[in-house]
Amino acid sequence: MTVSFAIIAILTIASAIAAMTLRNLVHCALALAGAFAGLAALYLQLDAQFIGFAQILVYVGAVAILIVFAILLTGGSDPAKQPIFSSGWCIGAGVALAVLGVLVWALRSSHTINETLPDVSNTSVRRIGDQLMTKYILPLEVIGLLLTAALIGAVIIAMKEEKTK
Amino acid sequence: MNFKHWLVSFAPDTWQPLVSALISVAAIIFVFASLFALTTILERKGLGRIQNRYGPNRVGPFGVFQPIADGLKAMTKEDIVPRAADKVVHFIAPLVLVIPVFLALAVIPVGRNMAAVDFDGGILFFFAVGAATELSVFMAGWSSRNKYSLLGAMRAIAQMISYEVPLILSAVTVIMIVGSLSATKIVDAQAGYFGWLPNWFVLTPWGFAGFILFMIAAAAESNRSPFDLPEGESEIIAGYYIEYSGFKFALFFLGEYIGLFAISGLAITLFLGGWHAPLPFLIWIPSYIWFFAKLLGLIALFIWVRGTLPRLRMDQLMNFAWKFMLPMALVNLLAAGVWHFIEPGFARWAVCLVLVVGPYIMLGRSLFEHKQLAKRTYRYAE
Repeated sequence: MTVSFAIIAILTIASAIAAMTLRNLVHCALALAGAFAGLAALYLQLDAQFIGFAQILVYVGAVAILIVFAILLTGGSDPAKQPIFSSGWCIGAGVALAVLGVLVWALRSSHTINETLPDVSNTSVRRIGDQLMTKYILPLEVIGLLLTAALIGAVIIAMKEEKTK
Repeated sequence: MNFKHWLVSFAPDTWQPLVSALISVAAIIFVFASLFALTTILERKGLGRIQNRYGPNRVGPFGVFQPIADGLKAMTKEDIVPRAADKVVHFIAPLVLVIPVFLALAVIPVGRNMAAVDFDGGILFFFAVGAATELSVFMAGWSSRNKYSLLGAMRAIAQMISYEVPLILSAVTVIMIVGSLSATKIVDAQAGYFGWLPNWFVLTPWGFAGFILFMIAAAAESNRSPFDLPEGESEIIAGYYIEYSGFKFALFFLGEYIGLFAISGLAITLFLGGWHAPLPFLIWIPSYIWFFAKLLGLIALFIWVRGTLPRLRMDQLMNFAWKFMLPMALVNLLAAGVWHFIEPGFARWAVCLVLVVGPYIMLGRSLFEHKQLAKRTYRYAE
């Protein structure tokens, strides 16, 4: 573990905790954007340039803005009155632990974890593009279709309805 | 570059990478900050000339020392933070704007072997750090607790998101043709001459359309007139930085201009041949001089446009982005693809020209079709 990893990890975790505990929703959204940026820095440290930059472009540039817009448009920017821990926090913690346990078990028992990792030194943007356009073309098309459908759905919801006479 | 190597050789061996990086950073900050000072005076003088007045003419001969006076004033002015403002976010917002725009400059090759960092995904890096500026605008507008600043921030974000799509799509054409995201490789691909004409992408049908689209979107991204709705003085006073004073205001001002330089630098890299000379017999002039000459040319273009065009309305802005810019950028993408697959020659030119000009005329016609345009009549004035 290097010093830079420690710094990035601490910053990421700190902003993630801030995103959960701060009282003002806009502050939470900004802290979340900080956590996204920290994740991007982690990807960059792993030499995954494309994922790192795409993470910033999509999450900091688009998702964080979307969250902020949603907060402002729904008028939730005033600090909430209720206490930070809800009354059923122990049940929530139990559920979270159970989910964590299942995930850890699934990962541990998966056979991919024991395989030796392929050489990642030449993972360039070009190779990602080649793979996307050849081996993974079907998933890419399906995701494109899904996003288009979501876009059309959003337009239909936002469209003014014609007054029926 | 040699000068830098000479400087670095003085440092001890283990420190050399660090010293080299520091020199690059210092050079970028110094050069572009001075260019900012130069541009403010050029812009005020140029606008004055367009509007038939002198512009600043009190400090120094012809007012050339005006930026120094402005800088001193900004630094000595009292820093006022509104009582209702969100102090922390209010403080961070200008930093979140200025740091990414300087980072974006790092991947622009300003001369032969003169890009501060040469990433495999340099263009992607440029757009990624540019994304942070939207967040900064929102932080500034929201934390000021002022209805005008919030309105300005909302306008700015809506505009930036809308124009980011055609901006990136028009840049993608070049990436497609070159087959690389690296800024230096894109510049290398535009080396050489065809007869006495340079091999720049702007001199191809798709490149020309892409360049025009890119420059329009760049003006919108950097909130330049005619897209300066976020800070429309006559409507919302100053927009998102209304509650900033002194040095923080200067930082916003700086960030805006550095962003303009960065995006103009990217336009030069993508379409105008980077640091290559425009004519074969001019190669002896150093490469960085060509880059900065082109940069100043583009800035002059921006000043000219600012002095000439009136501000758009919000609905015009959005209609223009989604109904004209986006379809044109997609058509241009198709034209670039066709260009790639046809053999070089006259046929390629003709097909791509038709592919670009045809949709342009059809789109323009159809957008004007249902509009009742007539000469404006004034009911109350006159």
